[in-house]
Amino acid sequence: MTSIINSSYFLILSTTAKESLSILEILLIALGYLTFFAVAGLFLVLLERRVAAWFQLRIGPNRVGYQGLLQTMADALKLVSKELTGTIKADKLLYNLAPYFVIITALMSLAVFPFSKQIQAFDINIGIFFLIAVSSIGVIGILLGGWASNNKFALIGAMRSGVQTISYELSVGLSLLTMILITGSLQLSEIVEVQRQGGWLILQGHIPAIIAFMVYMIAGTAETNRAPFDLVEAESELGAGFHTEYSGMKFAYFFLAEFINMFIIASIATTVFFGAWLSPFGITESIPWLGVFWFLAKAMVLVFLMMWFRWTFPRLRVDQLLTLEWKYLLPINLVNIVIMALIVWLNLTIKF
Amino acid sequence: MKEFIEIDKDFKTEPYQINMGPQHPATHGVLNLLLTIDGEIIKKVEPDLGYIHRSIEKMCERDSYQQIVHLTDRMDYLSANINNEAVCLTVEKALQLEIPDRVKVIRTIIGELTRISSHCLWWGVMGMDVGALTTYFYGFRDREMLNDIFEETCGARLTMNYNVPGGLMYDIHPNFVGRVKKFIDHFKTKIPEYDRLLSENVIFQKRTKGVGILSKEDAISFGVSGPVGRASGYSCDVRKYHPYSAFDRVDFNEVLRTEGDTFARYQVRIQELWESLYVVEQLIDNIPEGEYRVKTNAVIKLPKGEFYQKVETARGELGVYIISTGTKNPYRLKFRSPGFSNLSALNHMAVGSKIGDLVAIMATLDLVIPDIDR
Amino acid sequence: MMTNQELQNLIGSWFPNPEATEVTSETKENPEVTEQTEAQSKPSQPINKSLLEFTDEGSEFLNITVQPEHLYRLMGQLRSNEQTCFDYLFCLTGMDWEPELGVVYHLESTVNRHAIVVKVKTSDRENPNFDSVWDIWRTAEFHEREVFDFFGIKFNNHPNLKRLFLTENWEGFPLRKDYVDDVNMVIM
Repeated sequence: MTSIINSSYFLILSTTAKESLSILEILLIALGYLTFFAVAGLFLVLLERRVAAWFQLRIGPNRVGYQGLLQTMADALKLVSKELTGTIKADKLLYNLAPYFVIITALMSLAVFPFSKQIQAFDINIGIFFLIAVSSIGVIGILLGGWASNNKFALIGAMRSGVQTISYELSVGLSLLTMILITGSLQLSEIVEVQRQGGWLILQGHIPAIIAFMVYMIAGTAETNRAPFDLVEAESELGAGFHTEYSGMKFAYFFLAEFINMFIIASIATTVFFGAWLSPFGITESIPWLGVFWFLAKAMVLVFLMMWFRWTFPRLRVDQLLTLEWKYLLPINLVNIVIMALIVWLNLTIKF
Repeated sequence: MKEFIEIDKDFKTEPYQINMGPQHPATHGVLNLLLTIDGEIIKKVEPDLGYIHRSIEKMCERDSYQQIVHLTDRMDYLSANINNEAVCLTVEKALQLEIPDRVKVIRTIIGELTRISSHCLWWGVMGMDVGALTTYFYGFRDREMLNDIFEETCGARLTMNYNVPGGLMYDIHPNFVGRVKKFIDHFKTKIPEYDRLLSENVIFQKRTKGVGILSKEDAISFGVSGPVGRASGYSCDVRKYHPYSAFDRVDFNEVLRTEGDTFARYQVRIQELWESLYVVEQLIDNIPEGEYRVKTNAVIKLPKGEFYQKVETARGELGVYIISTGTKNPYRLKFRSPGFSNLSALNHMAVGSKIGDLVAIMATLDLVIPDIDR
Repeated sequence: MMTNQELQNLIGSWFPNPEATEVTSETKENPEVTEQTEAQSKPSQPINKSLLEFTDEGSEFLNITVQPEHLYRLMGQLRSNEQTCFDYLFCLTGMDWEPELGVVYHLESTVNRHAIVVKVKTSDRENPNFDSVWDIWRTAEFHEREVFDFFGIKFNNHPNLKRLFLTENWEGFPLRKDYVDDVNMVIM
């Protein structure tokens, strides 16, 4: 089902692309991305477990396959084979629809990332805007899932999710907007081009860029509903939050989407702050395909950072979560934009 | 208590009830809390108990005094040794047995190690309840060393049964002293690690400071004891006021805080780890030689009368109240469990706070459900 | 810190026996001064002097047995009087003395660090009834519910007197001595 929706999405948008592709090509690309999505999701779950184990003085999964590489594959197989249970009083349509909302939006975002100069499925001219817009659809899935399950814990989780996403979206958007002031374009390939000429944006924009990056990482972690902002699940408070009533593959969709979203947040940061596929100091510029390696390496460092947060910090309370956003991050962000605008206007950016 | 419902004229709202438990990660067992909440804000907490009630008090009326000791392990299983000790002390008090110094010192050491072990587990779970999952494993790493010591001493890791009326089941293992010393050295480097990981964390402090405040007057009125009471500035350490075993000959401080909030309760327990280590340190080199057990009759018959003994478990004051008619069974045996009284203060502490706060408050109450549902 | 004898004199003076008023009047005025001479001259306190009954029963605490109708007043005074100041109810035990049912209160003062035991009994097994002390010590709210649950003793003015551990439809009161337990066989 996802592949159909995915391919039709390419079909609709391909009219705006420079060269139109045949349906077969679109399908192949979609299939490629789906495969990547599945593998990346499974790998990230394994990585998370290994990182968690490392933080927690454990070894982690290391028996299924070499160093546990097939562990998550086995888990996924188990989840696929599990019975899909649900509550009788649930709103059947919305209840079943919710996981797809979450997973499809996660998948849609992947399309625009410049993994290397060549590998970018879709170079839309409003790239950043598209990413912000699409990633906020995911919360509808969570709200639906929580509300339709007809479970009070799930409802509380869903409401928390709504509040949280609406708040932190502002910070995500504004911190990215700060960087757009330097590039002057929302198109991701343009953003990379600016960085190829003048160094990574986090260096170009120096102090306000670093502030923007910090704000972005905090808000991004909150967007993905991960600790210390995992109030949506908050297993010690709400059991499992919005996906309390989900089982089997439907649960797996929520679960995978969380990891893909984490990867997306890290990828956006990689693209906007750390020069996407550009190698440090241009050391491998003559080998274009190594761009993929650099992109993934940078994204993985940021993913690791988010895992580090998760396994170290306690969870915030819901009012503290909102205080942090509305009283601290948002004003900082607004001031930061003004400073960045001044810096760009007075030409104080650092260019290499 | 504030008024329950504040109805807006245009928008009708009403508080709703939610069952937190009996299967809920934060209730640490089968405790059911009936919450009345208004959005996220708690209006009322009503504990619903009895999911694992085994009627230990009734079983005690059936059993001989040696058998009763075994039942006490199953109450507050995290301070099993101290529970055993409580019953043994009561029986010994009734029989007016003279207990050898060796037994007293070993009981004190084992008791304090049990307290450390319990606080380690509490610390891990406390972190987990506020969302820092890593603490759990750190706490268990250190608890594991103690469990190994207990295992070598008495063959069990959780339900020890090491104390018997009249002394100890066996003498300590030859390795005991060495291993305990090794543990002390190890653990002294680990408590600062606990502080670095959790106590000094800004989010953690924000989550716990000023949450679930219990004043001293309320603490006394609710019969709260142990670290919970001491965090409210209520000096209630049984080891100080009614010293038993070897506590009259060791030097240690009663940890007191005056804030009475969740963070104060947290700090009291962390500080108690140091104090317990200090107690063990003083005694471990000076275990007197002698008998490890006084010979008692195979069938213990207590004289007619009423006997009350209290001890300080990791959770607070455990009282054993035996009413004997001179037979081999108690006529009535009542356990005054610390968790039960501490739980009664939960509603008072939690009203007006958020769901997340309730979890943090419950974590610092350090409830063990079998202790409440005896 | 007051000794058991001092406590006995003081508390006894609150509830003078109307038949022995002339004896209690002197202790009422100044209990501290009279206690020494009294303790020497009269080692065994006359029971009829007060409505309360003082015993020792081989325990370290002073035992006071009180009639149900005086319970609440006695408890209130024990809590509020500055000399006694029993502000900590550390144990509340339901009892079945066969045939009487009763409650045992263990009280301690966190200020003065002395302790006493108050007992109250009734021979009414069908409808045992005492005054609740939950507004004197808040902890009693839970403990009284426990006693109600296992002994069927009702407490007047209790805010929420219902089963605590057992289910609402449980028949009988398990910790009573005459409870017949066919199913679980706790007592064999």
